[in-house]
Amino acid sequence: MAEETRVVMQDIDVPGMASLDVFVKRGGYLALKKALKMTPDEVIAEVKKSGLRGKGGAGFSAGQKWSFIPKTPGPKYLCVNADESEPGTFKDQMILEFVPHRMIEGAVIAGYAFGATHIFIYIRGEFWKEINIVQKAVDEAYAAGYLGKGVCGSDYSVECTVHPGAGAYICGEETSLLESLEGRRGEPKMKPPFPAIRGLYDRPTIINNVETLATVPAIIERGADWHLSLGTKESPGIKMFSVSGHVNKPGVYEIAYGTNQLDFIETLCGGVSGGKLKAIIPGGSSVPVMPAANCDCPLSYEGLHAAGSMLGSAGMIVMNEHTCMVKMLEVISRFYAHESCGKCTVCREGTHWMTMILRRILRGEGKMEDLDTLKEAADGIEMKSFCPLGDAAAWPVQSFLKHFRHEFVDYIEGRKKMLPKYKPVGTIGHEKLPARAY
Amino acid sequence: MAVAVTKIPAELKSKFDELESRGKYPKRLSMLVPALHIAQEHYGWISGDAVAAVAEFLGVPENYVKGCASFYSMFFMDKPGKYVIQVCHNATCQLLGAEDIIAHLEEKLGVETGKTTPDGKFTVLAVECLAACGRGPVIQINNREYHENMNIRKVDELLETLK
Repeated sequence: MAEETRVVMQDIDVPGMASLDVFVKRGGYLALKKALKMTPDEVIAEVKKSGLRGKGGAGFSAGQKWSFIPKTPGPKYLCVNADESEPGTFKDQMILEFVPHRMIEGAVIAGYAFGATHIFIYIRGEFWKEINIVQKAVDEAYAAGYLGKGVCGSDYSVECTVHPGAGAYICGEETSLLESLEGRRGEPKMKPPFPAIRGLYDRPTIINNVETLATVPAIIERGADWHLSLGTKESPGIKMFSVSGHVNKPGVYEIAYGTNQLDFIETLCGGVSGGKLKAIIPGGSSVPVMPAANCDCPLSYEGLHAAGSMLGSAGMIVMNEHTCMVKMLEVISRFYAHESCGKCTVCREGTHWMTMILRRILRGEGKMEDLDTLKEAADGIEMKSFCPLGDAAAWPVQSFLKHFRHEFVDYIEGRKKMLPKYKPVGTIGHEKLPARAY
Repeated sequence: MAVAVTKIPAELKSKFDELESRGKYPKRLSMLVPALHIAQEHYGWISGDAVAAVAEFLGVPENYVKGCASFYSMFFMDKPGKYVIQVCHNATCQLLGAEDIIAHLEEKLGVETGKTTPDGKFTVLAVECLAACGRGPVIQINNREYHENMNIRKVDELLETLK
């Protein structure tokens, strides 16, 4: 029986948790006060020891990341990555709307640990409601002395700015986020130098996901050993999973790493709706798809890797037996074609090329060699693009072809056909999709 | 002594000033995206006037502002209808019937996706993931409010409220 272990989401249903009063009444900001009594290095050591891994997708050790910041004087920055845009992922939105102070508290603790002078909270522009909620929380935190000069009477000072994005998935990639924050087109930059050495305004910068920071207060409060006692050896702690698609109870669930995937879907998510399980995309639309036969595995970095997929940002998309996988892949490919920033050739051209081939197959004009071309295009993008968006576009194509090839063949051999219902135009006055892609 | 000519209306200027004091940005250019949001709210889209105002506020060429604005899909580079209906048609919303909702809107409003009705009231857009997959299909109106768990009936009810 899968069970929830609520840490970030504890008290999330308490009315008014977004306000400072209720948050403080329920033990909020105690972890920050405790952290301020420790030395910055002790805070980093505790978070490092806890094994906390970044929850935005890459899964890199948070404490280790913080320790990369040089101890030189001058401005240093913490950017909270709240540009949640990966299809299937909607966990950060809950934190922003219902417990913004938990994220702010984690951010101030992180800032204290590596010496940030300014925190930027980069929230995707579509989250207009959440931007206002977080701005109000930041104002409250300033007024109560949790932000600004001399946090809680200590000699640590930090400023905080809430910054809106404007509808670009790529700005969730750390270097693009920094470019956007500096007032440019959000196009990624080559690494190294890594942001920890030369980030925002060429100063040392840490970029952390909302959920990663919201987990920090609990680790400081309860200790690294508590965090290590949950989850698995390689994936310690808990994770918020966003579950959507063909399930009876879609939503966000916080569970310990290592929970069995099928058990989780059956018990907590109320089972698959509308038919038998066909496939799961476990970590947001970019990770390889898993056919039902492979889904009996633990939900951890290593467990999903062994089962042929990845944990990513833990945005689970569940598909029942009636799902057309060719259509699903076309939709996912279209997303990456639409969101490719155009800076590098393989991704700009490759994503569109794959999308056009998939559309042709759906229309019933596909040929058998198209499947080889698709595979070649995906292989040609993977690991060769400027930033991980290329990989994100390639993995679904490779895995859908591997596991559901017969469905593509059905279209190519004329047993199935699906015509588009409309032209997919997503913005006004600057169509990113050239006419040839329709 | 020449008087400086400003292209920024007073009302917009005060919003820009408020952004400047609240944002505490170390560098002026960082205010580009928030300033574009403010300008779009004022003019309804990123018109020539909006571009000129933001460019003057930040002290950068107008072409630079235009080049950046056109990178972000929330900024309309053309005049939209009074109500921009943004229907998410990505992975989960598509699984749950978003495409039928868009087709229904096209038929009901007599307009193609990406276009505006002749009376200038509605623009229909098919947008990518709005990060509310658990409550899909999702529709956003004018880059602002979300409407969740949508279906054809609820779309019709929503249209009734948009006068």
